[in-house]
Amino acid sequence: MTLTLGLPSKGRLQSDTIDWFAARGIEIARTGDSRQYAAQARGIDGLDVVMLSAGEIPRELAQGRIHLGVTGADLIREHIPGWQTCVHLATGLGFGQADLIVAVPAFWVDVETMADLDEVAETFRARHGHGLRIATKYPNLTRAFFQLKGVADYRLVDSQGATEAGPMNQSCEAIADITTSGGTLRANNLKILTDGLILQSQATLCVSRAAEWGDGERATLASLATKLNQPLT
Amino acid sequence: MNAVRQGDDHAAIDGALATLGTLFANAGYAPVTTPHLFEADTLIDLYGEDIRGRAFLFPGAGGGNELCLRPDFTVPVVRAHGANGWDRAARYGYQGPVFRRQPPGATRPMEYLQSGIENLGDPDAATADAQVFALTLQGLGDLGAGPLAITTGDLSIAFALLDALAMPAHRRHQLRRHFWRPQRFHQLIAQAVAGPTAPTPLRARLIAAADDPTAIAAIAAQAGEPLGLREIDEIAARTSALANAATQPPMPAEQAELIESALSINGPAGSALARLRALTHAGGTDITPALDRFEARLTALDHAGIDAANLPFDAAFGRKLEYYEGFVFEITAQGRPDLPPLSGGGRYDAMTRRLGATRAIPAVGAMIRPEAVLAMREGPQ
Repeated sequence: MTLTLGLPSKGRLQSDTIDWFAARGIEIARTGDSRQYAAQARGIDGLDVVMLSAGEIPRELAQGRIHLGVTGADLIREHIPGWQTCVHLATGLGFGQADLIVAVPAFWVDVETMADLDEVAETFRARHGHGLRIATKYPNLTRAFFQLKGVADYRLVDSQGATEAGPMNQSCEAIADITTSGGTLRANNLKILTDGLILQSQATLCVSRAAEWGDGERATLASLATKLNQPLT
Repeated sequence: MNAVRQGDDHAAIDGALATLGTLFANAGYAPVTTPHLFEADTLIDLYGEDIRGRAFLFPGAGGGNELCLRPDFTVPVVRAHGANGWDRAARYGYQGPVFRRQPPGATRPMEYLQSGIENLGDPDAATADAQVFALTLQGLGDLGAGPLAITTGDLSIAFALLDALAMPAHRRHQLRRHFWRPQRFHQLIAQAVAGPTAPTPLRARLIAAADDPTAIAAIAAQAGEPLGLREIDEIAARTSALANAATQPPMPAEQAELIESALSINGPAGSALARLRALTHAGGTDITPALDRFEARLTALDHAGIDAANLPFDAAFGRKLEYYEGFVFEITAQGRPDLPPLSGGGRYDAMTRRLGATRAIPAVGAMIRPEAVLAMREGPQ
């Protein structure tokens, strides 16, 4: 039976993913011209490939419209509430690494930890009339992390781009954002809190628990696992 | 999701609401209504960001203030009361749906009915507490609920203890602030007992410069450009606080034990009171006023016809939500873990100040969930 695999539709994530499958004997080639969102897999039977935007793949997996998908683990954990019930993070692909971290202005020399941030939040409110504003495009992960760390009295503000410029522009006091090398943070005079690592993410091959799984689909998954030399369940 | 209600359910629910509405109105609680939708700022200020996991918030039109579907009646009722002047006594009764986000996979409803009361401005706290509790029990009885499991608590006792114990002001403040986050609270106590840890090199330099604003500014400038709203004098002020905290003596182990023991008391209210008196006396601490208030409430409950000495009391009950700060209770259906609590309530004087009152005014309230009571009566599905 046919399994549907959702791959990122463009960019570095797409080419790295195609290379990863190729190195394991599965050739993925786009059908038609490069603006079309369909592709073929050679080297294995019963695998349909669809190209989706990386941001759509978590939802498609959660709803079971695709059996398999490649996306960042951060996107699954952020966008799919209770993701464990519907998505299995089967295997990390070794690229697309990114850390979701909490960063504050580097000149806040009195703030090194999340506990410091919490203490500062209270005096900040007394002085400025509002709680610390934390800019992020990962509100769910950030809120859960702040709760875990026992930080109270802050506000999340939505930021869909150039988050690290927020403190400079006075639209926020601190940020929770993805970083790879930390270079952008340093360039913006920000530093990561020592216990401010929310999660480490990478491109991940995910298996939908919500998709249709008959004997045929399971057999195809098993042969894919053999081909990839990776357990997928 | 709530299933579509059939005719019989409708009649039963309307009947339950009418029963409670009449009971509360006859006890002097004037019926009020509140909008379903209001600006979320108040709630976020009150509960913090965690409210987003529990309530439905969404952006207002055109980037306007965020809106919220009411997660309970207390906040809108108390705000409406305050809009017409805080310094007066009033009793309100309300009924209608509230909206709560549920964790994924949870089967609890996201929309359900509450019928409840708020008693504001009554200076006789013991009697008001007892009356609200007794009226709630009567409401549950009138609806045919039973058998019931009751839990009561009194958060003012823990706060009185934290106030009475000798400890540095900063430590007391931190413990009070994090009382609502039990895990962090216990961590703070463990750290206080262990004493200051070795500072990081940066922290050591900073503390050494604590009395010298110029030196602090130099350390900060070396670390990065000033940016954002928080200014260098705020960093200097916190540095003084850090230097101060670094010289604090550790918390004596007996003190930590006293706090933890007091919070772990769990049993019939009468013996819990005796145990708290004995425990604090042995620990050399005096929280007599708080314990006298506890005793006065038990007496008032007795007068209201309740066997107060045998009410189940849990000293740590009510720590989950930054809301109640005195008497607190919850009533569940015995042997029915599948059902949500049938009723809950408590005293929230301090919240009135955060909602705009110039001083904390006496406030106690409770609500009943008629749908849960009907589900109990129908028996397990």
